[in-house]
Amino acid sequence: MKDTILASKKYRKRSQIAEVWHRLIKNKGAVVGLFIITLLVLDALAVRLILNYDTQVIAQHITERLQKPSLRHIMGTDNLGRDIFFRLLYGARFSLSVGLVSVAIALAIGTTLGAIAGYYGGAISDIIMRTTDIFFAIPNLLMAIVIVTALGANTLNLMIAVGVASVPQFVRITRATVLTVRNQEYVEASRAIGRNELAIIFFHILPNCLSPIIVMVTLRIASAIITASSLSFLGMGVPPPAPEWGSMLSDGRRFLRGYSYITLFPGLAIMITVLAFNLVGDALRDALDPKLKR
Amino acid sequence: MADNQEIVLDVQNLTVQYVLEDETVEAVNDISLQVSKGTTLGLVGETGAGKTTTALAILRLVPDPPGVIKSGSIRVGDIDILSLTKHQLEKIRGKDVSMIFQDPMTSLNPVFTVGEQIAESVLLHERVSRTEAYEKAKELLEMVGIPKFRSVEYPHQFSGGMKQRVVIAIALACNPKFLIADEPTTALDVTIQAQVLELMKNLKQKYGTAMILITHDLGIVADICDEVAVMYAGRIVEKGTLEEVFNHTRHPYTEGLFNSLPNIHRRHEDLMPIPGLMPDPTALPEGCSFAPRCSYATAACRERQPYPRSVSLTHTVRCTAYDDPNFMIRRGRHG
Repeated sequence: MKDTILASKKYRKRSQIAEVWHRLIKNKGAVVGLFIITLLVLDALAVRLILNYDTQVIAQHITERLQKPSLRHIMGTDNLGRDIFFRLLYGARFSLSVGLVSVAIALAIGTTLGAIAGYYGGAISDIIMRTTDIFFAIPNLLMAIVIVTALGANTLNLMIAVGVASVPQFVRITRATVLTVRNQEYVEASRAIGRNELAIIFFHILPNCLSPIIVMVTLRIASAIITASSLSFLGMGVPPPAPEWGSMLSDGRRFLRGYSYITLFPGLAIMITVLAFNLVGDALRDALDPKLKR
Repeated sequence: MADNQEIVLDVQNLTVQYVLEDETVEAVNDISLQVSKGTTLGLVGETGAGKTTTALAILRLVPDPPGVIKSGSIRVGDIDILSLTKHQLEKIRGKDVSMIFQDPMTSLNPVFTVGEQIAESVLLHERVSRTEAYEKAKELLEMVGIPKFRSVEYPHQFSGGMKQRVVIAIALACNPKFLIADEPTTALDVTIQAQVLELMKNLKQKYGTAMILITHDLGIVADICDEVAVMYAGRIVEKGTLEEVFNHTRHPYTEGLFNSLPNIHRRHEDLMPIPGLMPDPTALPEGCSFAPRCSYATAACRERQPYPRSVSLTHTVRCTAYDDPNFMIRRGRHG
């Protein structure tokens, strides 16, 4: 009797990750997003082997300046005669790493602080939240500028600057969700079986707060890429002539009227990347929620 | 009867208060309880009588602030609960004393499978590997009557009664000496209640766990408890064996509780509810806290706090009216 139930309902034990993956790839948007992200990551990893940085990416060819897209230069050339397509391929390295690393920094600091503030409340929460408020009062970009100025302009400092600038958002959103979860009975129940408080915060409360945090991550990756681009534009990000997408975008601005493709392609690259992360983030949130299963 | 048996839980003169900014809620006032191995004590009383606070105090889970355990002692076996450090407490919780919560719908974490949640308790308190703990979790599931293969499912895929069984499995995972069941069947419908109670009765017989069952359902008490303590406004007003409290009721409040139950043999008779409300726990009356609602109350009742009076070896009652040796309560009927 039991065997028939077993057979008919097809109870199979799949690991958590396999289960989430299975649900994730059912979402068409997520598949598209994952495909784009995979391409970008492969590009960022392999581009060094394909392109010669000195001759193909930063070398200037005045004779070939401002050419329209053609077979020779798929996306045309910029005002210094550099192939935009090659530069975009190479630029993925900078943009992706800035986006991912800075958000990782913000995530690590922000969720920890937010979870502690939400769980303990009281004076600890006040200190963390008022500090966050102060940080909130400073515009993202201005804060990033201050940090870069203090630490010096290079790629790593850019990541730190952009990361620290988005910490407050993570603190707030984590605290807000932790507040709703911490009074659930299962939290009290896990206290009753003898779990210690840190374990409760990280194993019972945070997993229940993941959905808004994941959405936040994907949104912040997008805005981190844009913030990094703005900093590059101000000469505080990835120093030229490195082909960062944001600096390419701002470089092309001067030629917008006659040669719009110079800004079009970096702009598209940023947009598609951001879109891909958002698609995956959205689908991931659904896939991670056991209640939405099937 | 309980004298020569091993006493598992010994609570003496426990007082718990919730200290708020401008008032103090006297939730539990000077209560004493003993539960011996293998017996079940029913803790009965209306909402707000301090039943849950008593239970939480035993695990020192009273939310602090504002909850403060003012005085008294709590011993589980040889362990003095009130002197333990935080770390020692974590070792006791779930291992020596476990708790079944009121609402199974919310006492399981929605993002983990039930197997993982049972295994968590095993893993915390026993020296086993992750896979061994999971195997144990499956056995526990079978023990509470849920097929093993469902261990990979999430709480929302279970019905309320099954979730409560999972909660019971978690509570029993490490063979606790003492189990606190805080209204384990209140959130369930009657047929499921019967199943869960049956399960708890069987498990109690099998493992000899001592238990406190908190409920306001006297039917459940009659079904599975050996001893009964009736709480009113943070005090135990009557305590004794099931037989003594149910059939030889002494306290007017206990009598009131029985009179407000419908009787299947006298369907047309009106219920006799206890008039009035429980006193405000921030301002308890000076005398007996039941006096304002009690039909036997005299001036003496309102003036001084009644003391616990022994009726028999196991039966005590807190009522000033028994100063008069001829006093008898008029117990309407009992079923």
